[in-house]
Amino acid sequence: MKSLLSAAALTAILAAISAPARASELRIGLQDDADVLDPDQSRTFVGRIVYTGLCDKLVDLDKDVNIVPQLGTDWSTTEDGLQLVMNLREGVIFHDGTPFDAEAVVYNINRSMTLPESRRKSELSSVESVEATGPMQVTFTLKAPDASLLAQLSDRAGMMISPTAAEAAGADFGQKPVCSGPFKFVERIQQDRIVLEKFADYYDADKVSIDRVVYLPVPDTTVRLANLRSGEFDMIERVAASDVASVKGDAKLSTQEAVGLGYMAIYANINNGDRAKNPIGEDARVRQAFSLAIDRDALNQVVFEGTAKAGNQPWAPTSPWFNKEIPVPARDVEAARALLAEAGLDRVPVELQHANNPVVTQMMQVIQAMVAEAGFDVSLKATEFATLLSEQTAGNFQLSRSDWSGRPDPDGNIHQFVTCEGGINDAKYCNPEVDALLNEARATSDPATRKQKYDAATAILDRDLPIIYLGHQTYVFAMDKGIEGFEAYPDGMIRLKGVTDAD
Amino acid sequence: MLIFILKRVLVALPTLLIVSLLVFSLQKLLPGDPVLALAGEERDPATLEFLREQYHLNDPFAVQYLRWLGGVMTGDFGTSLRTGQPVLELIAQKLPVTIQLAIMSMLFALLIGIPAGILAAVRKGGPIDWIANIVALSGLSIPNFWLGIMLILLVSVRLGWLPASGYESPFVDPVRSIQTMLMPAFVLGTALAATLMRHTRSAMLGVLGTDYIRTAKAKGLSRREVVMKHGFRNALLPIITLTALLFGELLAGAVLTEQIFTIPGFGKLTVDAVFNRDYAVVQGVVLCTAIGFLLMNLLADVLYVLLNPRMRTAL
Repeated sequence: MKSLLSAAALTAILAAISAPARASELRIGLQDDADVLDPDQSRTFVGRIVYTGLCDKLVDLDKDVNIVPQLGTDWSTTEDGLQLVMNLREGVIFHDGTPFDAEAVVYNINRSMTLPESRRKSELSSVESVEATGPMQVTFTLKAPDASLLAQLSDRAGMMISPTAAEAAGADFGQKPVCSGPFKFVERIQQDRIVLEKFADYYDADKVSIDRVVYLPVPDTTVRLANLRSGEFDMIERVAASDVASVKGDAKLSTQEAVGLGYMAIYANINNGDRAKNPIGEDARVRQAFSLAIDRDALNQVVFEGTAKAGNQPWAPTSPWFNKEIPVPARDVEAARALLAEAGLDRVPVELQHANNPVVTQMMQVIQAMVAEAGFDVSLKATEFATLLSEQTAGNFQLSRSDWSGRPDPDGNIHQFVTCEGGINDAKYCNPEVDALLNEARATSDPATRKQKYDAATAILDRDLPIIYLGHQTYVFAMDKGIEGFEAYPDGMIRLKGVTDAD
Repeated sequence: MLIFILKRVLVALPTLLIVSLLVFSLQKLLPGDPVLALAGEERDPATLEFLREQYHLNDPFAVQYLRWLGGVMTGDFGTSLRTGQPVLELIAQKLPVTIQLAIMSMLFALLIGIPAGILAAVRKGGPIDWIANIVALSGLSIPNFWLGIMLILLVSVRLGWLPASGYESPFVDPVRSIQTMLMPAFVLGTALAATLMRHTRSAMLGVLGTDYIRTAKAKGLSRREVVMKHGFRNALLPIITLTALLFGELLAGAVLTEQIFTIPGFGKLTVDAVFNRDYAVVQGVVLCTAIGFLLMNLLADVLYVLLNPRMRTAL
C-alpha cells in the first residue's frame, strides 16, 4: 500500500513537472532585484526596466536615442531657453482611475523636486518652477537654459505617478505603486518576483497583447539562461558575453542587442587626496602611455567575445556625439614607451582597483599583461562593489575601474564626472576650460553648437585623460522564438508595447 | 524540567546581547559606505548627506546601537534601507521559505543517511559498507554550488523536468512548490545525509557490540528484530540530538543553496543585505539566526533528557 501511494505521488509530481503554458504571461529574468518601486526614490537600472512596463513618462526615446512623445504630445522651448512648454495627451488615466492632466504633472514634478527622499533633485536642478498653463499644458520655467532637461524627462524624473495614491502613501508609495503605464502593479515579493497585469484602460491598449508580466531576479547568468532554455522564462536580459554564441546557435531562442549608452572606464586619481601623488596621477603623459598600451579591440574579443564596442570617449563610436577627430586608438607600445621615457620613467608601479566579479577581473588581468609590455607594473586589487565605491569616492585609489550605465543626453555621461564641482568627480580633475565648454553645451539646445562644444571638451579630456575610456557594453536580450515584436534599445529597457507571445 | 529550560533561556539572553553587539560592530568595520551602496549612481554629496541624516549614520556608535536595541525591545527592527520594507515583515516573509527548504532537506538526509548507516554497520567491512562510505565521503566533499549547477544543467536544461530556480508557496501551488524545492533540498540534503550516515553507523556499531544484543541473538530473534528493535532503538538517541543540531547547520548551508537556485529565503536575504550594506536587515537576520540556533540547541538538550532515562536524575 505504502509503495502504491508513493508511486502515485511520484506520478503526480512527474505529471505536474511539465507545467502547462500560461495564457499570454511573459516571464522575464532580470539580473538583479529592483529597489524601492517609487520613481522618485529609485536608483537601480533594473528598477527602470520594471518602470518601463508600469509607468509612462512625459517623453520617451526611440531606437536612435531621439526624444519622442509619450504622455507629452509636443513641446517647444522659448527663444531664451528659459521656458519649456509641453502639451499633454488627452484621455489618459492612472491605474486608480485618477485622470492625467496638467495638475498631475505639476504635482509629479514638484514631488520629484521636494520630497525629502527624492533622488531626482539633481536631475531637475535647472527647474525653477512648473505650472499648469492650461488643462492639458504645462510650462517649465528654468533657472538657466538646460538642453538635457527633456532627456531627464524621458527617465524617472518624467515618470508620472497618480497624485491621489502618492498623496495617500507619501514616502511609502513604493510598496504599491500606481502609475499610468500599459501594466498595473499586482504584487511584489522581494528577491523573488514583481508581477504586473495589463491595464485595460490604457490609452494605447490595442498595442498591448501581453496579459501578465512577471519579472524574476536571477543574478547568476548561468541559472538565468538555464531558466530560459528550460522554458521557465520567456525572456532574459543582459546575457553574459560568454553565452551569446551558444544562445545564437540555439534554434529555440532568438536574440536582440543594442550598444548601450554607458561606458566602461578606468578613473585616474588626479587630485583626490594623497594617493594622487604618483606618476600616473601627476603626469598626463603617463596616463596616455597607459591608454596607448591597451589593445581595446583585443580586449573586446577576449573578454566580451566581440559583443562590446571598443571606445575612447564618454559615448560610443555609434553615437552621433562621438568626436570623429579622435578615433579609438590602436595599441602602440613603442609610442607608450616613448611617452614614459619623455616623462623620465622606466618602470611605473601602479595599483588598479576593480570590482571582484569574474568578467571585470578577467578584463583587468588582460590589461595588466598588455600595459606590462609598455613599462607598467600593475598590482590588481579586487574589492567587492560597495567597498570599491567608497574607496573611489574617498580618493583611496590610484586607478579605479568602474562603469557608468549611461544617459540619453550626452551631458549625463560627462558633466558630473569631470567638472570641478561635479557630483561624481572622483578623479577630482578640474579644468576651467572644460567646465566652460560643458556648461555652454548644457545651455544651448542647438545640436550643432552642442556637438562643437563636446568635441572641444573631448579633445582636451583626451589629452589630460582623467578617465581612460575602454569601451561600451552591449545589452543582449535572449528570448524564446515565439516572442515577436521586441526590440533592444540603447537604454537597455524592455518595452512591451507591440510584443506578442505565440505560446 | 521547566526549571531546566528557564535556566537555559536566562543563560541565552546575554549571549544574544553579545551577538548583537558583535554584529553591530562588525558592520561598522566592514569597508564600504552603506550610503554609497544605497545611493547607486545618484551619488552626489547632497544626496549622500541627506541619507546619512535620514538613517542616523552620523550619530555616535553607542547611540546607534542603543537606538536599534530599544527598537528591538519594542518589536521594531527598523526598515530595509534598500526597499523601505519593515525588517520584521521581510523576515516573516523569508523564514517560512527557508524552513520549508530545511525540512525537505532533512527528509532527504534522513531517508538516505539512516538506512545507509544501519546497512553499513550491519554489513561492516563488506562491499555495502564500503560503498556507503564512499558515497558519504562524496556527499561531504562535493561542493554544493557545483552539484547545484550540474543538477540545473542536467535536470532543468537537458531533461526539462524541474524548474531551474525560483519559488512558489505551498499554499498557492503545492505541486509547483515541491517542484521548485526538490533540487535545492536534494543538494542541501546530501552533505547532511553523509554526516548522518557516519554517525548512525558508529552509533549502531557501538550498540551492536553490546551484551544485550548478543543475548537477543542467542534467544533466536530474527536478525531484523535484533537490528531494528534492540539495536537501532538504542542508537537513536545520539542521532536525534544530532539531527536537532544539524538543523542549525542547515540554515547556514541554505545561504549558498538559496543563492544558486534563487530561492527568496532567509539565506538569500542575508547575503544580499550584506552586499547592499543594508544594515537594518543584516542586524535583524543575524539576531533571528542566533535565536534559532539557541532554540535548536535547547531542543536538542531537552530531547536528550527526555529520551534518556539516565539523564533525568541529573536534573
